[in-house]
Order: sequence, then structure tokens, then C-alpha cells
Amino acid sequence: MGVLQLIVSGLANGCVYGLIAMGFVLIYKATEAVNFAQGDFMMLGAFICLGLTNPQFMDLPFWVSVPIAIAIMGAFGYALDLVVLRRMFGQSQIAIVILTIALGFVLRFFAGVMWGHEPISLASPIAGRDVRFGGVVLGLDEVMVIAVTIVLTLLLWLYFNRTKLGVAMQASSQNQLAAYYMGIPVKRVHSLIWALSGMVAAVAGILFASKGSIDPSIGLLGIKAFAAAVIGGFGSLPGALLGGIIVGLIEPFSGRYMPSGYSQIMPYLLLFLILIFRPHGILAQVHAKKV
Amino acid sequence: MTMTAHAPTAKPDAKVVLSIRNLESYYGPIMAIRGASLDVREGQIVTVLGANGAGKTTLLKTISGVMDPEKGQIFYEGQNIAGANPDRIVRLGMVHVPEGREVFPLLTVEENLRMGAFTRSDTAEIAADEKMVFSYFPILKERRAQAAGTLSGGQQQMLAIGRGLMARPKVMLLDEPSLGLSPLLVKEIFQIVRRLNKERGVTIMLVEQNAKVALEVADYGYVMELGRIVMADEADRLLQSKDVQEFYLGIQTEDAQRGQKRWKQKKTWR
Repeated sequence: MGVLQLIVSGLANGCVYGLIAMGFVLIYKATEAVNFAQGDFMMLGAFICLGLTNPQFMDLPFWVSVPIAIAIMGAFGYALDLVVLRRMFGQSQIAIVILTIALGFVLRFFAGVMWGHEPISLASPIAGRDVRFGGVVLGLDEVMVIAVTIVLTLLLWLYFNRTKLGVAMQASSQNQLAAYYMGIPVKRVHSLIWALSGMVAAVAGILFASKGSIDPSIGLLGIKAFAAAVIGGFGSLPGALLGGIIVGLIEPFSGRYMPSGYSQIMPYLLLFLILIFRPHGILAQVHAKKV
Repeated sequence: MTMTAHAPTAKPDAKVVLSIRNLESYYGPIMAIRGASLDVREGQIVTVLGANGAGKTTLLKTISGVMDPEKGQIFYEGQNIAGANPDRIVRLGMVHVPEGREVFPLLTVEENLRMGAFTRSDTAEIAADEKMVFSYFPILKERRAQAAGTLSGGQQQMLAIGRGLMARPKVMLLDEPSLGLSPLLVKEIFQIVRRLNKERGVTIMLVEQNAKVALEVADYGYVMELGRIVMADEADRLLQSKDVQEFYLGIQTEDAQRGQKRWKQKKTWR
């Protein structure tokens, strides 16, 4: 594999990490809670799409099941906040963190019961095909992952900066009390953020499943994405994507140029270095509150 | 308690737009409002004075729906809104400009203003109101694309008031606009508050520790102590009142020298 292919496959992996990391950051910024089930959200989104598409399950066309899977995950995120997390309003963050960790176990169990623990491939039209750019052969799946991530990031940017509700989401994450004073329904905004991060997770899951087979434990990828979010700067959406891409690129390159096994620990080594030398992350978004 | 009804000089017959009856509100386990009753008439500036911890801010938070009262009623234009959600109260036309600015630090000045109009959807009118806010606060127009967190304290206070105006309120609950500002800026802010009241007809309920400036702009005033209303009168009469002069304006009177006059017992530290 040439360096270019290495870069592209690293970028593609990195985009998936980045999308999961964005889900972490969305929820953290809005509610100051960390959703450790974010990786399992991704897994669930992938399996819902797989369950709708694959011939042995519901056998719907791929392009029909993708929006359905995204919508289901959005509804799942919204309902989770509405039914469970809103009741925990005012509890300590640790309670919410433990709840999301437990939720991850439940989702993994649920997926195992529904779809089994054996790796399955998503019957995706973009899997296993090649595209040629000049003399270079690239996997269509990897090119698509990168393209979709770029489009999704652009859409999210437009949403958060150009729509009233998007700006209101930013506003309520920056100053929740002031958002209340302005008549922004903060609780509903929180639910919508959970819905949004469920939808982003579904996209990440479908992209990931298009690149290879999945089983219920792929949600543990969330740990790597969490590291990516911290590297990029927890609290910054572009930082999350950047962190994901960095982690994604480090893996194949350290796998190629370093002794075997090192590629597995490199992201965490980088995490250590970042935490020591730049504790707020690469693209830190910190504002000290003036008193 | 001197709740005797002196007819206020400014708009004496204006209808009561906000009426609070026997309000009780808790701040955690502490009873911060202990049965307060007061009236705000349409078109007036009504000030609530009091020391730190008197319950002024809790009173405003309870009115604007950020906190729920334990007991009592809040009538806004005749309907009881006690315990309603803040978004409903903003829609009804009452907006709270919080103490300590509380802008959205990473949003631009213009986005902050747009958030003030969150409950509205009349796009053309919102744009017109933004122009109106810029006419009152020209500095905000200059800084419209700047992040609000980078503004000075005075500019942030102007932004907070401007953002409140964007909700097109009939009643504005203004909490300590003088907090942390230089005397010159305080003067400027209060001039604008008075102009908003005169020109836009915004009824203003003003909570202040700076009794002098507050009473100078206000039509009517209440004095709050430990969660209760202990005095109520026209602003210029309060300004002349010996008690207010002694406790809130820092003017020494004969009684004060004898150290006798307190509504509550003098604080002891031992």
C-alpha cells in the first residue's frame, strides 16, 4: 500500500472517530454530561441500518433504510433524554456518566440478542468497490466516508450558525440561565441535542459498517473516539473532528513504521502528551467566566 | 409597614400591569421571599431597593419563572402566572434582564440580540427592533460582529438590556444594571433606561442597591428587607424619607447618631 492509500484509509477511519467524537462533544457542550454510550449509539445505528437492509432481516433498499435508521436513532436520543435524563436534572454528573456506561452494556446486550454476536457485513452498495483517480486505486467506501463526513460537518456548521434553533443551542450551552431568561426552552433544546448526537452516531455507524463487518462490541470504538475528542479539545466540534482524523492517521502510519502492536497504543500515548502539554486540547474553546 | 396609598404623581391612574400578592419563595432551604406584595403600574419605573440578601433578585427570578414560588400569586395583566415557565412569560411580554450581564460570551453581539427575539417569528419586525436597539446603543452597532465575551462590562450591560428589548417586552425586569460599573457608565445606562421608559413605553421594574440613582429615575419605590416589603412610597418621597436617607443613601441623621433606628435589630457579630 502506498503512502497515499495509507493516508486515505487513515482519514476514513479518522472521520468515523471524528463523528463519534462530535457526538461526545455535542452532548458535553450542551448538558455538561459525558455520554459514554456514544460508541454504542454508533453500534446501534449501524445495526438498525443492517437490520433494515440485509436480506436475512428486512431486506429494504439501502437508500431507504439509511434515513430510517438515522431517524430512529434521533428519536431514540430524544426519548432517552425526555424519559430518563430529564428526571436526573440537577443530579451530579457522575450519576449521568454511570447511567450512560450502564446504558452501553444494555445496548450491547440488546444488539446481541437481536442480531447475534457474530460479525456481520452490512449489504451496502459502497462496500468492496474501487475508484480510480489517475493511477491511484482507492476504496469507494473510504472515499465515501470522507465525502459524507465533509458534507455532514458542513451541514452541522450551517445548522449551528445559520438557523435560529442552532444558535439557540449554542446559546444555551454557553449560558444556560441566560437562555432561560430569553425564553429558550432549554430542556427541549437538551432533548434535541441528544437527538442530534444520536443521528450523527447513526451516520458514523453506517459509514463504519460500510467499511467492514460489525458485531455488538464495536461500540468500544467509542473509547478511542473519546480520546480523539480530548486530543482535539473537548468542547469544540472542529476539534473533535481534527482529533478523530489525527488518531485515524496515527494508527496506520505507526502500524507501518513501528514495531507491531505500537499502533494500538499510539492514540493513547498522544492523549497523554496532549494532556500534559496542552490540557485543553488542540483547538481549545475555553472562556473564563468573568465575575 | 407604611403601605398607605399616596397617589403616585407620574401616571397615577395607569392600570396595574403586574401585581404580586403574598409571594413566598425559597432559595434552597432559605425562605428568601416572606410574603411580599407589590404593584407595578403601566408605564412606570418601579424600583425595589434593599441590601444584599434582601431577596430582590429572588423576587425577580420568581416573577420571570426561573424559580417557582412556594405560595402567593403573580398577576400579569390580570392572569396568575405564578409558576409558569420562563418561555411563556417572555411570550406574554415580560422579560428579565439578569444581574451581572449574563451574555452569551462566544456568540456575536448580533447573535446575542437575535436570541433576545427567540420567542418571536416576525422577521421584518425583529430586524426593525434590532435597528431600534442600535439607535439606543450605537456602540453595539460598531461591535455587532464581535464576540460578546470580548466586550467591556458596560458594553455587556448595554447588550443585556438590548437583548431584553428584542423580546419587545411590555414589562422589563431589570436586575442591578449598575453592578460593577463606573459612576459615569451608571449615569449613561440610567439615562437610557429612562428614555426607554418614556419613548418606548416600557414598564420597568428595577432592582437596585444603588438607591440614589434608582430613586432618581423611578416613579415609585419599594424597600425590601429580609424578604419583606417594609416601605412603599413615591420615589421622590422615599428620597426625602429619613429612614431611606439613613440606611440606603448614607446620609447621617440625628436618629442614626443615637443608633436607635432599625426595623430589624442591629446586627451583632459576637
